[in-house]
Amino acid sequence: MPTIRFLLADGAELAVEAQNGRTLMETALESSVPGIIAECNGSAACATCHVVLPEEIMVALGPISEHENDMLDFAEAPRESGSRLSCQVRVSDMLDNVSVRIPSA
Amino acid sequence: MPHDIDHLVAARPGNESSIVIVGAGQAGLSTAEKLRANGFVGSITLVGEEPDAPYQRPPLSKAYLLGELERARLKLKAEDWYARNRIALRLGTRVASIDRARRRVCLADGAILAYDCLVLATGAIARKLPQAISRGLAGIFTIRTLADIDALRPALEKRGKLLVIGGGYIGLEIAAVARGLGMTVDVVEAAERPLARVASAETAASVEALHRSRGVTFHVGKAVSELLGADRVAGARLGDGTIIAADVVVAGIGGMPETALAAGAGLAIDNGIAVDAYGRSDDPFIWAAGDCANFSLSGGGLRMESVGNAIDSADLVARNIMGARQPYRPKPWFWSDQFDLKLQIAGLSRPGDTVVVRQGAGPGRSHWYYREGRLVAVDGLNAPRDYLVGKRFLAASASPDPVLVADPMQALEAPANN
Ligand SMILES: Cc1cc2nc3c(=O)[nH]c(=O)nc-3n(C[C@H](O)[C@H](O)[C@H](O)COP(=O)(O)OP(=O)(O)OC[C@H]3O[C@@H](n4cnc5c(N)ncnc54)[C@H](O)[C@@H]3O)c2cc1C
Ligand code: FES
Repeated sequence: MPTIRFLLADGAELAVEAQNGRTLMETALESSVPGIIAECNGSAACATCHVVLPEEIMVALGPISEHENDMLDFAEAPRESGSRLSCQVRVSDMLDNVSVRIPSA
Repeated sequence: MPHDIDHLVAARPGNESSIVIVGAGQAGLSTAEKLRANGFVGSITLVGEEPDAPYQRPPLSKAYLLGELERARLKLKAEDWYARNRIALRLGTRVASIDRARRRVCLADGAILAYDCLVLATGAIARKLPQAISRGLAGIFTIRTLADIDALRPALEKRGKLLVIGGGYIGLEIAAVARGLGMTVDVVEAAERPLARVASAETAASVEALHRSRGVTFHVGKAVSELLGADRVAGARLGDGTIIAADVVVAGIGGMPETALAAGAGLAIDNGIAVDAYGRSDDPFIWAAGDCANFSLSGGGLRMESVGNAIDSADLVARNIMGARQPYRPKPWFWSDQFDLKLQIAGLSRPGDTVVVRQGAGPGRSHWYYREGRLVAVDGLNAPRDYLVGKRFLAASASPDPVLVADPMQALEAPANN
């Protein structure tokens, strides 16, 4: 089981054991990670699950959908180069020990 | 204000306090979660009538019914989350009554729970067809719970002909799923268009056109006078005599706030459990959140059935229980998935609002609603950018120039987040 390291907006870190195949958003919700609200339950409709991933992971995850791309441009916290909607990212071993930052709005 | 400050102080829970939450849906769960986030350390009991731990309802008429989302993923929290957060979950049992004088609730299984503070998050129930129309036939379904979907699924597996009664969001989402499964689909809507109560004429027309292009047959301005069949439903007779054959009927004729428990306890009921702007009922120890709660705000009563409202109103109630004294400032928003359409709605439009259409270069478009020159709502139809920009304008109480909005070549500058 990969461990995801959520970096909270206040600087604290919350390490969470995650299940492969679930989304990063689901993983965050299960541990009540502050700042991940996910109002649309992962429909890519709300942008309240915005996270920032390291550059190399972004590359490895591959291209994102046009819809997600548009949503990210206007998420509450300003978009960064590593921005993703966490509901659109599946957990895999590749994310083991990766820092997933919650941007502050 | 119905309550004076003494009441608020008297009811503010301490370390030894117990809070009982009735209804283990989105609002009940969010209330429990937010109570902990706001530092409440006393006991929390979440009582739910359904056998399942809190789960998401929206996918029931979308990805879950289509078979694209496994059951386990509907769960809002992992099993061990409740113990880790010291939230006692009592499922499969209904709260039967409230003894307000002694401040305790009686469960249908006979248990009695004392409370210092009670939160009603009883949600809504699906309206059923009158007996005169349904005639007790098999093969007629309503959609609210996982159990409802478990009952409907086998009926859809036989494919065949589906009749949807009521062209609201849930009815249309079911229609889209059924077409995706290869069924023949008829939708009967008594109003002159689908989504009549819940979307503008412009948005409804776009959605209806999409459904027609995918082979859904609409019968608008017509009511079902009777369902036909011997013991299983075989069809329907409409008011104008039209007969529609059907193997399965889904009644999507709206929801009603679940107020039975509150009414039985003598709480004020007015299109839901009547609560003040803080989420408190006319009993200072009882609060309500989510689909069941009708908030009394400066603009009048406001009751919404949406996940956003369930989360936000639960958050408000949790904070106010802890003494925050903040009035509800709703930010209404909603989404719906039908075929390849993602509809996103922010704000509340009304008939009579001026509508400005922004037609994107691709298939996406958005509808912007103005009342007395002010932006009041935005619908994005496969237009997430417009939707989010509109949402920012609404949050900032700002209104973009309708001339710019109507011209897709003009970029819209979103106001900065505050
Ligand atoms: C099929 C479907 C699709 C939807 N799609 C969308 C969508 O796309 N977007 C959106 O924003 N919203 C959507 N909604 C609405 C959204 O799901 C609701 O607004 C939300 O679930 C409300 O949460 P709640 O906790 O207030 O009520 P509920 O989720 O209804 O939970 C209330 C719970 O309380 C229980 N209960 C009631 N009385 C008692 C009692 N006396 N004792 C114990 N338990 C009791 C009920 O059994 C129920 O489990 C959809 C709803 C449905 C049914
Ligand atoms: S949960 Fe809503 S966009 Fe990810």
